Amino acid sequence: MAEATSPKIPVTVLTGYLGAGKTTLLNRILSENHGKKYAVIVNEFGEIGIDNDLIIGADEEVFEMNNGCVCCTVRGDLVRIMEGLMKRKGKFDAIIVETTGLADPAPVAQTFFVDEDVQRNARLDAVVTVADAKWLSDRLKDAPEAKNQIAFADVIVLNKTDLVSKGELAEVEARIRGINPYAKLHRTERCKVALADVLERGAFDLDRILEIEPDFLEAGDDHDHDHDHHHHDHHDHAHSHGGLKHYHDEEMQSLALRTDKPLDPTKFMPWLQQLVASEGQKILRSKGILAFSDDDDRYVFQGVHMMLEGDHQRKWKDGERRESRVVFIGRELPEQMIRDGFERCIVT
Amino acid sequence: MKEFDPGEPGSIVSVTDRVRPLPLGIAVSSVHFLGDAAFFVGTEEKVAVANPAGEISQVEIHFGAILCAASDGARIVTGGDDGTLTALNARGETSVLAIDAKRRWIDCVALHPDGAFAWSAGKTAFVRSGKAEEKSFDAPSTVGGLAFAPKGLRLAIAHYGGVTLWFPNMAAKPEFLEWAGSHLGVVFSPDNKFLVTAMHEPALHGWRLADNRHMRMSGYPGRVRSMSWSAGGKGLATSGADTVIVWPFTSKDGPMGKEPAMLAPLQARVAVVACHPKNDIMAAGYSDGTVLMVRLEDGAEILVRRNKGAPVAALAWNAKGTLLALADEEGDGGLLEL
Repeated sequence: MAEATSPKIPVTVLTGYLGAGKTTLLNRILSENHGKKYAVIVNEFGEIGIDNDLIIGADEEVFEMNNGCVCCTVRGDLVRIMEGLMKRKGKFDAIIVETTGLADPAPVAQTFFVDEDVQRNARLDAVVTVADAKWLSDRLKDAPEAKNQIAFADVIVLNKTDLVSKGELAEVEARIRGINPYAKLHRTERCKVALADVLERGAFDLDRILEIEPDFLEAGDDHDHDHDHHHHDHHDHAHSHGGLKHYHDEEMQSLALRTDKPLDPTKFMPWLQQLVASEGQKILRSKGILAFSDDDDRYVFQGVHMMLEGDHQRKWKDGERRESRVVFIGRELPEQMIRDGFERCIVT
Repeated sequence: MKEFDPGEPGSIVSVTDRVRPLPLGIAVSSVHFLGDAAFFVGTEEKVAVANPAGEISQVEIHFGAILCAASDGARIVTGGDDGTLTALNARGETSVLAIDAKRRWIDCVALHPDGAFAWSAGKTAFVRSGKAEEKSFDAPSTVGGLAFAPKGLRLAIAHYGGVTLWFPNMAAKPEFLEWAGSHLGVVFSPDNKFLVTAMHEPALHGWRLADNRHMRMSGYPGRVRSMSWSAGGKGLATSGADTVIVWPFTSKDGPMGKEPAMLAPLQARVAVVACHPKNDIMAAGYSDGTVLMVRLEDGAEILVRRNKGAPVAALAWNAKGTLLALADEEGDGGLLEL
């Protein structure tokens, strides 16, 4: 079938809890002298003005897909808006979707996977979450939406760092890392962040899955060594070493699997599909680089809830360690079951 | 795909050399005849008008994207992302019918044969008819499609979770036809007995209006974006597959328990269908640019346009059925006189 030759328009999803600074970041992006035109989809015309030619008000209608899967939700209004926007192709270079503070990013992201017309014209670039350094720790306790947004993020802009002490900052970063150690984290005041750090990230681009390593900011001069075991309430376990505190969030966490031995593709792929089919509601994001037996190509995949996409990426380089790495971020992940299942896919 | 291969010489009749080329100069989303002039509605700002002599002129009708268009043969009414509902007549004169108070996108439009018209912005559907003042109805979610029933002033409003049937001039409570999922397009059968919606998933859903019995029409590989009733409402031709799927509506049960006809298979997706107003033939446009004329009875095909360029975006017959207008997404148009 003939494919459209025009490149797909990148879409950045901007999330963040109420008051974290989404609109500030949005205005910063738009006012920067980048020579690009953005179409901005906002949920409603907020009190803070947005200075842009092309602003579309959205209704945030979340629709369940008719396939019996409750986690297969899409933004119905976004399907309609994208259709309208595509009539003005060439009038803008990229799209930014700002969600409400209480929104779950999954339906927005899934819209770009399940709707074939949207998929033909646009590609999801990254989910960027703005977090408030002062209040995020509290919100993670009382607002499941805030936790979702952190877990889902490819990029986290930790804003208002000027309003907290070094200790508080370390604390909130540790809490973020307890949920999602893989997102790129940027500390900002008034959302001052380089545009290259939030746009054109290619976070959903299979070709750009290069490595899966936790993103830790250097401890820098934060070596205040608070070895006291504070905040040991029933929800968290914190322990610190080397100046960095580690939290384990009881509800939302990431799970990393790795092996140096090759995986059996005839076992791994059915296992993965079965896993996301049965546990897809719990698994928010997944990503993997795989070394299959008798295969000289690296295989990469990524997924949102139960939607997966994967492909051969490139040849393993000479001398490159053929290591398989898989990461899941999710809610109450059945860790042992996942670990056991993964083990069974290893060629012995 | 390579050049269209018609196979053995004479295996398909071709009328490609009889199609008058129309370089429209605008990206096209639909075409409508007003008299014998073809009005190609652009994706934004303009309509390109081709008279029977093949002369092309352009009319500016919106400031931005043109999101929807409908015609009753006397005028074309379009809705835009500039929040206006605009009418264009056969003389090329425009008039603004409505401006959304909040300048929201006008997503859908429908025309009634008696001159009434309906449009929607977000969740709200509006109707204006004759001297009566404007009336509005708030659907539970964004309106996906609008259609007037062939009899009486009754409007079908498609939305998430089903269709609402609304009599704008009556106090009666609107009737709600429920079916899970997102309904994006809606049509009444010409005999007023059936209502069919195109869903967000690749399927149609139908209701027999006498008893609201459900009809599920599924199996499409892609979303159905184009539906056209054959002459006399005997069948509903649809896009969305690599053949034209025609559902039979001749019996009182409609397509219930019946297989559709699958006509004119190609290795490309059917993008647009337009049935002839009088005879049992239709035109079908494909994603690879091919246009075929197809006889409904036996599926016999005539090649109207070879596969080239962009997907076919627009097809329409004039009321007499003597002219076929066609255009692809990029504005390469044509006119065929039968």
